[in-house]
Order: sequence, then C-alpha cells, then structure tokens
Amino acid sequence: MSSKTAVLKERIIKQVLTVFAFSSILFLFLIFAFILVEGLPLFYKAGVNSIIFGMKWAPTKGFFGIFPMIVSSFLVTFGALIIGAPLGLGCAVYLAEYAGKRQKMFLKPALELLAGIPSVVYGFLGVLYIVPFIRNFVGGSGFSLLATSIVLGVMILPTVISISYDALMSVPRSYREGALAMGSTKWQTTWRVVIPSGKSGILASCILGMGRAVGETMAVIMVAGNALKIPGSVLDPLRTLTSNIALELSYASGDHRMGLFSTGVVLLSIIMVLNYFANVVIRRKVIK
Amino acid sequence: MRVNPRFTDALVRHFLNLQAYFTVGLLVVIVFIIFIKGISNCSLSFMLTYPEDMGRHGGIFPAIMGTVFLAALSIVFATPLGLGTAIYLTEYTRESRLTTIIRFGVESLAGIPSIIYGLFGFIFFVIKLGMGWSLLSGALTMTIMILPTIIRTSEEAIKAVPRNLRIVSHSLGATKWETTVKVVLPSAAPGILTGIMLSIGRAVGETAAVIFTMGSSLRLPASLMDSGRTMAVHFYILAREGISMEKAYATALVLVVSILAINILAYYTMNRVIAKYS
Amino acid sequence: MNVKIRTEKLTVRFGNNEALKGVDLDVCKNSITGFMGPAGSGKSTLISLINRMIDFEDGVRIEGGLSIDGEDILGTSVDVVGLRRRVGTVFAVPLPLPRSIFENIAYGPRLKGINKKSDLDDIVEESLKKAVLWSEVCDRLHVSALKLSGGQQQRLCLARTLALRPEIILLDEPCSGLDPISTAKIEEALNELKKDYTIILVSNNTKQIARACDFAAFFYMGTLVEFDQTEKIFTNPRVKQTEDYIQGKFG
Repeated sequence: MSSKTAVLKERIIKQVLTVFAFSSILFLFLIFAFILVEGLPLFYKAGVNSIIFGMKWAPTKGFFGIFPMIVSSFLVTFGALIIGAPLGLGCAVYLAEYAGKRQKMFLKPALELLAGIPSVVYGFLGVLYIVPFIRNFVGGSGFSLLATSIVLGVMILPTVISISYDALMSVPRSYREGALAMGSTKWQTTWRVVIPSGKSGILASCILGMGRAVGETMAVIMVAGNALKIPGSVLDPLRTLTSNIALELSYASGDHRMGLFSTGVVLLSIIMVLNYFANVVIRRKVIK
Repeated sequence: MRVNPRFTDALVRHFLNLQAYFTVGLLVVIVFIIFIKGISNCSLSFMLTYPEDMGRHGGIFPAIMGTVFLAALSIVFATPLGLGTAIYLTEYTRESRLTTIIRFGVESLAGIPSIIYGLFGFIFFVIKLGMGWSLLSGALTMTIMILPTIIRTSEEAIKAVPRNLRIVSHSLGATKWETTVKVVLPSAAPGILTGIMLSIGRAVGETAAVIFTMGSSLRLPASLMDSGRTMAVHFYILAREGISMEKAYATALVLVVSILAINILAYYTMNRVIAKYS
Repeated sequence: MNVKIRTEKLTVRFGNNEALKGVDLDVCKNSITGFMGPAGSGKSTLISLINRMIDFEDGVRIEGGLSIDGEDILGTSVDVVGLRRRVGTVFAVPLPLPRSIFENIAYGPRLKGINKKSDLDDIVEESLKKAVLWSEVCDRLHVSALKLSGGQQQRLCLARTLALRPEIILLDEPCSGLDPISTAKIEEALNELKKDYTIILVSNNTKQIARACDFAAFFYMGTLVEFDQTEKIFTNPRVKQTEDYIQGKFG
C-alpha cells in the first residue's frame, strides 16, 4: 500500500469514528426532541399549572393533572433511599474496609449480580411476598407506598454499593495508615477519616440511586396499586410518573397520548436535574 | 459514659458483616424462590414448544427466540457504534471541549430511565418511521439504551492497555489504525467482551423499553418487521394478567438463569483482564 | 565522509524549556555514533526527532533542519509511517508485544504487506541471527515473547527492528537494564550490523560508547558540546566539560 492511500485511509477512518462518537449526542438530541415535541404542546393547550399542579387525571375527559404522580414519584424515591441507602452504604463500607481479599472475591460479584435481576422479577416477587406480608401483618391492601419503597430499596442497592465502594476505595491508603498509626481503631479510622474523604462519592451514589428509583417502571406498576391520588399513609396505594406512562401507552391516542408524553417531559426533567447534581457532586471531588 | 473503642469496633464490624451477608442473602433468596417454584414446570420441552392459550399452556420457544433475536441485533448495532466511540475518545483525540460534550451525551443516555426509551422508541421508530411494533424497532431502541455501557467498558479496557505497546507499534511503522486493530484491541478484548455481555444481560432483562417498541406478539418473528415477545415481556404479561403463575415462575427461571449465567461469565472475563495487568 | 543524517541549528522547546539548542551534527553512514551526556542533556530528544516519535508529545516547537540523505524529515508533508520503516528504534526497556516471538518479528514486515509464510520465515530467521538470538530461541518461535529473559527480550526488540530492513537503527539506552553478558551480546551484534546500517547508540555508560562507537557526541543541557571520532574524544577531548564527564566528575 502506498503511503498516500494509507494517509487517505487513516483520514477516512478518523472521520467515520468521529461520526460514531457523535451518535450518542445525536440519540440524546432525538430523544429530547421527540419527547418534547410530543409532550410540550399539551402544556400550552391545557396550561402548565393544570398539568403539574392538577389533582385529577382523566385524559379522555380533558383532565391532565399529574401532581399526585409527581408527589408519589418523590415519595417512593425517598422511601427507596431510606431503605436502600443505609444497607447499601453498610455493604460498601464492609467491602471496602473490612472484607478480606477472598471474602471480597465472593461478595463483590454476588452484590453486582443483584443488578442483573430483571425489574419484572423484583416486581413479581414483591407482589407474591411483600404485598401479602404487609396486608396480613401491617394493614391495608398491601399494594402501597411501603411495598414499593421496599422493592425499590432493594433495586437501588447495586447502584449505591458500587459507586460508594469506588468512592471509598479511591481514598488514599496513606490516610488510613496515618490514622491507624495514631492508635485509632479500624472503625474510628473509617468513620472519622475514610467516610468523610469519600463523602462526595457516597452522596453521588445516593443521588444516582434516586435516579434509578424515580425511573423504575415495571416493578412499581406491579406493587404500587396505581391509585390516582396522593397517598395519605405508607399503606396507601399510589401511581408514579413512570407507571402512568407504562399503564396507558399501549391504548392511548390523541390528547391522551400527548398527556403521557407530558408525563415523560416531567420525568425527564427530574432525571436530568438528578444527574446534574450527581455530576456536580462528583466533579467537586475531582477538583478538590 | 465512655464506651471502649475496641468494643465499638468489634460491634460495628459484626453489624456491617451482617448487612453485607443480608444483602447477598437477598440475592440467594430471590434465586432460590424462582428456582424452587419454577423448576417443576420448567423442562426442555417447555423451552422448545410453542405456547397455547396466551401462554396458559405449552412452552416459551418464541419468547426465547425473540429474546435471542433482540439481544443479538442490538449487540450487532451497538458494538461498532460503541467501540468506535471508545476508540475515538481514547486513541484519536485529546481531551477537549468536544470530548466533554460527547461524554456528557453518553452519561446522560446512561441515566435516562427505560420507560423514556420506550416512549421515544414508540414515537420515533414505531410511529414516525413507520416500523410498527417490530423486532427492528425494539432492537434499535435497545441499541441506544445499551450504547453507554459498551462505550464505558470499552473505553476503560482500551485505557488500561499500556501506552508503551502503542509506541512500539508506531515505531515499527504502523499507522494509528493498524496499531489500534493489531495491538490495542486484542489487549483490550476481554474488557470489551465484558461490556458486551453486560449489555446482553440488560437487553434480556429489559421490559419497559421493549414492550412498547417490539410489541408482544406471541408468534415467532419471521422477519425484522415482525412483532415479537421477549422472555421478560412474556413473564410480565403472564404475571400481571394472572394468566398462569406456574408458567410465570418457569419463565422467570429461564430468564434469571440466563441472565445470571451471562453476568457471571462477564465477571469471570473481567477478572482475567485484571489478573493480566496486575 | 558520507553523511546520512544532518542536523542544522536544530532547536526544540517543550513549552518554555529548551531541550535542544542549535545543534549541528553530521552522522556518518555505516558507522556507530554514540550519544552521551547526563539526563536531560537532549540526546533522547534528538533520537525522537529522527524517528518522529516526538509527534506523540504535546506542546513541542521545533526550529532548524533535520535531514536524512539530504531530504528534510521534519515537515508536515513527510510520510511519517514510511520514515519509521526506514528508521528502526530499540527503546531503553525491552517492550515485546504480547504475542509470540515469531509474531513480534513478523509484525513490521506484515505491515509492509509481506504475508507469505516462507518469506516471513526467512526474515524472522535472518533477523534473529543478526541479533545473536537465533540459537537461543530457534526451537520455540511460537512461545510468547514475554517468557524470554530481559536480555533476550531486548535482542528480540533489536531483531524486530532489523526485520523492518531499515537504513538507520536508533538505540535509546538499550542496555540500561541489562546484565554485562547481555550487554556484550548486544554490542557484538551491533559491531556486525554497522556494515549494513547507520547506527546511533544513546548511552549513559561512557565505557560502552568507548567500546562500541566509531564517533561520539557529548551533549550537555541541550547543547552539543563536542563531536568527534571516539578515539579523539576519549584520549584528547578539546573541551574541559567533556573530559570531566568522561572521567566521571559529573553526570
């Protein structure tokens, strides 16, 4: 091959790779464009307030209020965090600070496998075990904020564990050795030195866990009960933004379908805000 | 009262240990339940026969094939795109505003929930591009969804290849592309493979994005434009509509076992890479 | 004198740091020229210009001229890949590719489009013989190159460079990590090779330069302090600094 064709070949390859690299941006743009194009017109038509703060969702009758769903999405997300974060952080600390090498070899992949279990399976087991348990021992129908929070709490574990584990592992060894050399116990070192140093990563893991919870759909549909009102207690059923879309998309048309895309717009906005915060938190750590 | 720090230390250690094993215990319990409840209805003929009466009887052969087709197609689309992006980011450019933008795109795609992918795939591929509920619509939607995983894992694998190998290859008169193909990619292959396998796992387990793009026809898709059903979707419909709990458990067993197998294989492959470089 | 490589007022800056300051130097064909000097003296920078590996560094500014056979090699239109096939390089640390011994040596020829098994066999054998490695590895050519000892790996890298059939061979402190026996073997190979190649040997070891080179250049802080036949440099240097360096007073 002569060197001229070689140079030309290199140039073409670089062009092609550049196009490939921009495909992610293109896809992101397309996703936003189509969700917004389908979802925004209704905000004009029905009014931003009557959608975001509207209490009544009856799309075939012209009511597009999704306020209860926004509140419910936040409720299940915080519920998931309350259940998932302490457990996940405990696992991460144990893995990073206490587990021996061989224990880690077994624990780490096992914990990561939790992420592989499909969400429908979590939902299914939630319906068959957690919902009846709540119905029989706590009260209500069982399909509830509590059941949803438990299921989501388990589902965000892998996210919380793996990201906060990475954060803890990136704390320099010398910090630990310094503290241990001064006579601290393992736990004093962990609590006073390691965790504060890794706190931005830990925070990011919780934010990303929230992102996971707020976006989860199939498991939530199965255990939440999908009632169209703001739950009055943890035992009341509720419907999140995601389940609203998934429950009705297959048969919706016209304004009804647009209403689902408007729900999508709100969901997407929440997700972008969460991702933004996670990024800020992580970047702050890098700069420091 | 001052508690002895050594006592606290021991207490915390046991408590954290308990948490870790409790969490692993959750995994074990989930797999155990699915296994115990599913095994009696799961047989080779269940996997190889067609369903009857909406899945109340018969097997899940079309759903297995639908899953395989969907996963295979999405990988075929996403691997060149994702690997190309990773190669571009690591080998063909320096960190700049441009790479920051690309990375932002990848990160954002990774954070978007699957139901949004479902919405997008539905309006874009199914409606606007007129592909209808089809294998192709489903595969294209999944492609975008798994792209970030492939990009990230490939990028990390490529970055782990020692710089010296590239220098040597260049010094022997290789072009950048020759160096990439002959030296960098072979060394990064196990890591790239891990990303691909994790993506397969994701495609196999996905429901929300698939059900609105590929549809839920129970027939075996004969072409790219046919609707079909993956195991995850089939399982969801069986369970949600209360068609048959026995069949649902059996389907879940096949589903969970395949995903676990893929993930364990991916983890094993990755460990070999770590062993190689440390 | 038959000039192969010529530099004219060659100056290289990394940011504000001058790595080479106006170097004028002629390297003769079919000879071994030694570059010596303490760390940071600019000798390795000069090497990386000749094979254009400097392209991989950031923020480099180059002034002056560098030519091979009278042809400029610093311009943007130069075919860098072609140049690197004419100028082979052996690095300070042995860097075998994670492949078999055979595939390491066949790597360069394959890039040139030589794919016939018998041709490759010939090239591999010839290159290994020239690098004085053939007898040690001829029965295990398909073993991973990473299994060889450090000294063997470095001779493998030399053989790999020879397989390119280059005109010039650059050796950037090739013996810095090797034991005396391996070093002697490399020097033995070089002495044979100078009949067919122009060789530049960078070394911190003045004794090695004295043993192996026909010409010697002494660099200090980016300046070419002295350049002459090895004999003259080592017996009767013109500059006091050179003498001090050779006698080990600094560096």
